[in-house]
Amino acid sequence: MAAEAARSRYEGSVPARLGVTGVVLEAFCEGALWWADEGLLCVADLHLEKGSAFARRGQLVPPYDTVETLNRLAAAIDRLDPRIVVALGDSFHDEDGPARLAPRDRDALFDLQAGRDWIWITGNHDPRLPRRLGGMILTELTVGRLSFRHEPQAAPAVGEIAGHLHPSARVVGRGRSVRRRCFVGDGHRLVMPAFGAYTGGLDIGHPAFADLFDPTTLAAYMLGDAQVYSVGRRSLARRAP
Amino acid sequence: MDAMAPPRYAFGVNVVAKTPPDAPLPPPFADWFVARGWSPRPHQLELLDKARAGKSTLLIAPTGAGKTLAGFLPSLTALHARPKKPRRAGGYGIHTLYVSPLKALAVDIARNLEAPVDEIGLTLRLETRTGDTSVHKRQRQKLNPPDILLTTPEQVALLVSAPGADRFFADLDTVIFDELHALVTNKRGDLLSLGLARLRKLAPRLKTIGLSATVADPDELRGWLMPQGGTRRRLSHLVTVAGGARPDITILDSQERVPWSGHSARYALGDLYDAIKRHRMALLFVNTRSQAELIFQELWRVNADDLPIALHHGSLDATQRRKVEAAMSAGRLRAVVCTSTLDLGIDWGDVDLVIHIGAPKGASRLAQRIGRANHRLDEPSRALLVPANRFEVLECRSALEANYLGAQDTPPIRSGALDVLSQHVLGMACATPFDADDLYEEVASAYPYREIDRRTFDRTVGFVATGGYALRQYERYARIRAGKDGLWRISHPRVAQQYRLNVGTIIEAPLLNVKISRNRAAGLAGRGGRIVGRIEEYFIETLAPGDTFLFAGFVLRFEGMYENDVIATRTQDTTPKIPLYAGGKFPLSTYLAAGVRAILADPKRWGELPPQVAEWLRIQRRRSLLPRQGQLLVETYPRGNRHYLVAYPFEGRLAHQTLGMLLTRRLERAKLRPTGFVATDYSIAVWGLADLGAAFARDRPSLAELFDEDMLGDDLEAWMAESYLLKRMFRNCALISGLIEKRHPGQEKSGRQVTMSSDLIYDVLRKHEPDHLLMEATWADASTGLLDIGRLGDMLARIKGRIVHSRLDRISPLAVPVMLEIGKEPVSGGDADEHVLREAADDLAREAMNGG
Repeated sequence: MAAEAARSRYEGSVPARLGVTGVVLEAFCEGALWWADEGLLCVADLHLEKGSAFARRGQLVPPYDTVETLNRLAAAIDRLDPRIVVALGDSFHDEDGPARLAPRDRDALFDLQAGRDWIWITGNHDPRLPRRLGGMILTELTVGRLSFRHEPQAAPAVGEIAGHLHPSARVVGRGRSVRRRCFVGDGHRLVMPAFGAYTGGLDIGHPAFADLFDPTTLAAYMLGDAQVYSVGRRSLARRAP
Repeated sequence: MDAMAPPRYAFGVNVVAKTPPDAPLPPPFADWFVARGWSPRPHQLELLDKARAGKSTLLIAPTGAGKTLAGFLPSLTALHARPKKPRRAGGYGIHTLYVSPLKALAVDIARNLEAPVDEIGLTLRLETRTGDTSVHKRQRQKLNPPDILLTTPEQVALLVSAPGADRFFADLDTVIFDELHALVTNKRGDLLSLGLARLRKLAPRLKTIGLSATVADPDELRGWLMPQGGTRRRLSHLVTVAGGARPDITILDSQERVPWSGHSARYALGDLYDAIKRHRMALLFVNTRSQAELIFQELWRVNADDLPIALHHGSLDATQRRKVEAAMSAGRLRAVVCTSTLDLGIDWGDVDLVIHIGAPKGASRLAQRIGRANHRLDEPSRALLVPANRFEVLECRSALEANYLGAQDTPPIRSGALDVLSQHVLGMACATPFDADDLYEEVASAYPYREIDRRTFDRTVGFVATGGYALRQYERYARIRAGKDGLWRISHPRVAQQYRLNVGTIIEAPLLNVKISRNRAAGLAGRGGRIVGRIEEYFIETLAPGDTFLFAGFVLRFEGMYENDVIATRTQDTTPKIPLYAGGKFPLSTYLAAGVRAILADPKRWGELPPQVAEWLRIQRRRSLLPRQGQLLVETYPRGNRHYLVAYPFEGRLAHQTLGMLLTRRLERAKLRPTGFVATDYSIAVWGLADLGAAFARDRPSLAELFDEDMLGDDLEAWMAESYLLKRMFRNCALISGLIEKRHPGQEKSGRQVTMSSDLIYDVLRKHEPDHLLMEATWADASTGLLDIGRLGDMLARIKGRIVHSRLDRISPLAVPVMLEIGKEPVSGGDADEHVLREAADDLAREAMNGG
């Protein structure tokens, strides 16, 4: 039922079209990236079982984040019917995460994998993933002109699609400040928003983003309710100049 | 230091009254009164009498009646008579616990008590314990408890949840609650009531003494002081001291033009300055911190005589506030512009005039503030009300009558919050293993929880244990577990540590230090600059570097952020670009709202109003309508290319904001294309693209349908679930209940991140378990608190069949104030956030078109 709701929410939503080294991609509201020519769907930082990781430390947050994240992912897969799904690292919040996966969530995951290639890119939260999760486990994947890896590389990386940083951006207007998760890119590199239900955001003004992008062509693709908004550098509110 | 000296009138007994015949004081006490040329007041002796008989009592008295001494006299005399050593081994535990809403008040009272204790020659130990008390001192207090301990509600929670609480409180005889009216109406009061229930268990014979200003319903406070249970409410004894001399209140009758809208009262500046000049010391109360800043700045602009005028509000740095307080009590100031920070009973000097700027919003609040002037019971307090706009003239008028009539509009005590109960249940498990049946009975003996059913209590215990989720996934991570003996105990010592760090119900908005730096580069490098106060993060988030704003009496230029500091520089600008930051806005009380409606409905009473205001109402009557008692006036008219609906419910800003949201939803459904609304305390304006007047005239929809009560059903639910207000409330509930942890110094987690994650949790929980205990707690808060839904419901019921529509071809005089707010107040309605995003995205397109 929740999947139904999620599906209707993003149906008819307006993605943003963006380019990375000339490859045309679409950024969707729920934080998924779609490469239509390859039938490739990419999602970053699912952080599955983050709730139970917190519970283990005494903070009993609702145990529904995994099912919620998988529902959202299922909605995107239903809609786009991808040939390849790439999970761009930190798919689990910690290394014990896969072991804590409830049986029904594991089955839901296997259902999503059926009939398509599934690639787990490893991340810093999940450097080792068990084989029984299905799919292929890689540290990095190159398709055509694009390279998919978890952490953006320090050197200028042309055609890099990365996650890890959980970018969010802020705009100000009409006396209010609106913060949203976002894709951020400069035409050469793209950093994806975190997809997980319990993942927060880090402002793209944070030093962690420094030197990753060409400031003159930087744009944020902010996730609205039914549309992804392309916002230029000058319209973004920064904490410090 | 001067500020430390006991204020002259703290025990205000400088009047020789008849000595009551049959309540003799023990000799050293009687001698002390005689030596001072005083005699005890009847209510002081009456309270002593009740206490000797072991009876709990509520004392209601105005400021200056010697309330504090009355409250402590029973304990002082009892301690005087007590044998030096208890019969059993070891020393005594605490004899008297004094609880005050403010740290500063507890410290102040302790200091004031030392003089009489000393002069009477009593040998007793009297100590304070607050968040500032050193670990060393706390340890010592645990091992060797003082006779009288003065403290705050949070400390009570910590003390009763500590192992060894039974020994510490075994001798507890009396609990004194100061400013009880201010303690009980919120979640802090809920927590304190539960603490009191536990104290009763530890010391079954204890009695309570409540000290309170005048309140609307004393029986609630009397009930609060007593253990409840059974079918009938049990009430404490009551001692009431009649109010002193009638206060001398006037409404400013300025020669200047009273503005249509706004809150600055700038027009009255000359009058204010004159009033200050004519008095020894004036307190100028305002309703918000931004108003305080503004008035302060403006006063200095006209301060030709260089009078010492100071500023005092909650965002200022504590040392700066202490300085102002010291200067006040030393009589070195002529005026202080302040907010509610000076509301509660600390004596700070010889104030002979209270000026209230803006409408008081509540009759009781006004009475309290006026009480700040002239702390002598037998002389009238002097007060001057300064309305900032025309509606406020009506409000001041109605408040003035209320004050004369002695009306009270303090809010009623709500039923106890479940997030607070969760915190308490965990605390009780930390103290000692508990039996659920016993704890249920104990909790239900606390006044706010007297109606809690067993199922809700058990759900709360379930929540504390494993989160209480339908999907029982966290059994192995349980924080408390029932053992074989059936007793619940914590599963790990870490749980008690977490509890201690998160105790309390005060959730502060994330605050940032404001640092004034000589130059911006130094500030942004994290060097130099002095901290002048703290400001809400959400306000700063709306600023761009270079924006100017008013703070701590300066016009500051926002330069940027460095970690948790806002870096600002002084500017020569006199008009800040960003005029306002919210903080401390009170809604109009229902009582005053009714008063305002009554004045409007009765032209005979307009003679009491300033001529220009009466004239305004007369023109309104000619050009449109004035609602009769019980009616709701709705005006519609076109202006520019929009159509407006203005309604005048007079129910306060919060209720109007909720109403605005709901009306917009309905107008949207009726295809009338509303595009925004603005709410004030008095009225609400909604605008849209379709002709609203024509639509109502054709009953499509009719106004009766539009304002039908059923909007409080599905529409409300649908809107609230999405509302950021609900998320903010959920965050509070999540923090108080211990679902997520508060931020602590040294932790990396910033306030912003807590907000983010609680929002995410809210979204997930709402979707997957909407009837979870915390969602229930959140809804309960929302409907009683921020959204004023109860009030809105009462209004909709009241106006049923009594809506009058005035269809106009242009704006009416009564509509001018709310129309002037458009553009000043943030526009709500529709999907404002998406709008901001869309505009930012448009900018990108423009950038691209212009070549970047």
